[in-house]
Amino acid sequence: MRIVPQLLSAAIAAALISTPVFAAELTGTLKKIKESGTITLGHRDSSIPFSYIADASGKPVGYSHDIQLAIVEGLKKQLDMPDLKVKYNLVTSQTRIPLVQNGTVDVECGSTTNNAERAQQVDFSVGIFEIGTRLLSKAGSEYKDFADLKGKNVVTTAGTTSERILKAMNADKQMGMNVISAKDHGEAFQMLESGRAVAFMMDDALLAGEMAKAKKPTDWAVTGTPQSYEIYGCMVRKGDADFKKAVDDAIVATYKSGDITKIYDKWFQSPIPPKGLNLGFPMSKELKELIANPTDKPAPDVKI
Amino acid sequence: MNYNWDWSVFFKSTGIGQETYLDWFISGLGWTIAIAVVAWIVALMLGSLLGVMRTLPNRFISGIATVYVEIFRNVPLLVQLFMWYFLVPDLLPQHLQDWYKQDLNPTTSAYLSVVVCLGLFTAARVCEQVRTGIEALPRGQEAAARAMGFKLPQIYWNVLLPQAYRIIIPPLTSEFLNVFKNSSVASLIGLMELLAQTKQTAEFSANLFEAFTLATLIYFTLNMSLMLLMRLVEKKVAVPGLMSLGGK
Repeated sequence: MRIVPQLLSAAIAAALISTPVFAAELTGTLKKIKESGTITLGHRDSSIPFSYIADASGKPVGYSHDIQLAIVEGLKKQLDMPDLKVKYNLVTSQTRIPLVQNGTVDVECGSTTNNAERAQQVDFSVGIFEIGTRLLSKAGSEYKDFADLKGKNVVTTAGTTSERILKAMNADKQMGMNVISAKDHGEAFQMLESGRAVAFMMDDALLAGEMAKAKKPTDWAVTGTPQSYEIYGCMVRKGDADFKKAVDDAIVATYKSGDITKIYDKWFQSPIPPKGLNLGFPMSKELKELIANPTDKPAPDVKI
Repeated sequence: MNYNWDWSVFFKSTGIGQETYLDWFISGLGWTIAIAVVAWIVALMLGSLLGVMRTLPNRFISGIATVYVEIFRNVPLLVQLFMWYFLVPDLLPQHLQDWYKQDLNPTTSAYLSVVVCLGLFTAARVCEQVRTGIEALPRGQEAAARAMGFKLPQIYWNVLLPQAYRIIIPPLTSEFLNVFKNSSVASLIGLMELLAQTKQTAEFSANLFEAFTLATLIYFTLNMSLMLLMRLVEKKVAVPGLMSLGGK
């Protein structure tokens, strides 16, 4: 175990260099973490490859989860708590906001879009990912962009921005699409695969994730002009500025050190569990821009 | 708790056309009623038929009804719904399948699945109640009808069923209310009934507690009014002295 002496020397060095400074009394979530010795992380079960459960251990893996672990490392340093314990709490799209608000979950990182409505209830960290909402359809079919979908069955996941955009297209542009709202991404893809819909509109990175799960991934293609861009963020309790700063600092540190590229490549450019598929999803220019200039604001509206 | 209450959310625009969130709830309520009423009609007719079958002397016929009840009563409702929605259409011949999946409006096909599913599921429960209603009648009723020269269908139609239904109105009322509550499973196959609209409002507005509070009130008021209505029906159809005769 060559890593042990390395870790040890790193720990000693860290202890020597960083004397923990408690400029002010700890408050809010930081105080809670310090006193309880535990941090509770909110995670998803099937947001591939952001936060999902890949094996029987029940522990989450994924891009957002790696960032969440970087936050935990940052907190260990800041609070001088090398033994900080991590507790996991599974959240769904319906429970994630209330569980952060009522104190069950301290920080949630998954595939949560930062938008104005949610910002009324929780605070968002600096953005951790940026997606465009696009289409998944059969490779080589005539459904290549939104204009091809007039009067067709289009599936999306209930409660997502894509659902709102599709319905708005029907209202504003008389597209006459039949919008099917499936309960989750997996079921939406099943409706596409079984022929109930000709296209599946969703966040492009999640579409790549669904495609990788398909029986024959090469049968499908992510296509179409992005109809909106969205920034994913980690959620923390509203009004807890100290904790939000700690979370932001830890995320920005991974951007500055370049660790983010390693995390990105691990989840989007290499084989990922459970099936060992490679999403082959190169980093978009929007995400590069976000990493260069981190922001905790929602993505600007795009006029369709 | 760190929650930002905002009861005016229901009058806010959803960002889609001119709709407000309240419009979503109203249309959701409409679908809930449309599912429950049609499923209830299916359940009542089929359930009565099966209930009569279970009380017939013919072992084979009553056996069919028993198997039906055991299957539909012992498989979770949600599993049955997914079977009707995902599995059954795939068993159709190819051209019918294509028509069902691609040409038929997806809301219609989801509606068909949920009405069939809920109707057949509830029929198993109605069947058991009709059977107990018939079995609760004194045996002399059937014997007397026979002695009067009634044929079997006449015995059921004119003597047994009218009394049995009166006895089972209270449990039938619960089943009727259950259909309304169970209709919420439709939200999982993309039919925008009341629960689906509630979840969608919660997701879009981030005002989860307001949305679910309103949904609770709507379900409660709806079911309370139905219960009161059924009480009126029970009073209206009561035959003075019959219940004491039937009970002893």
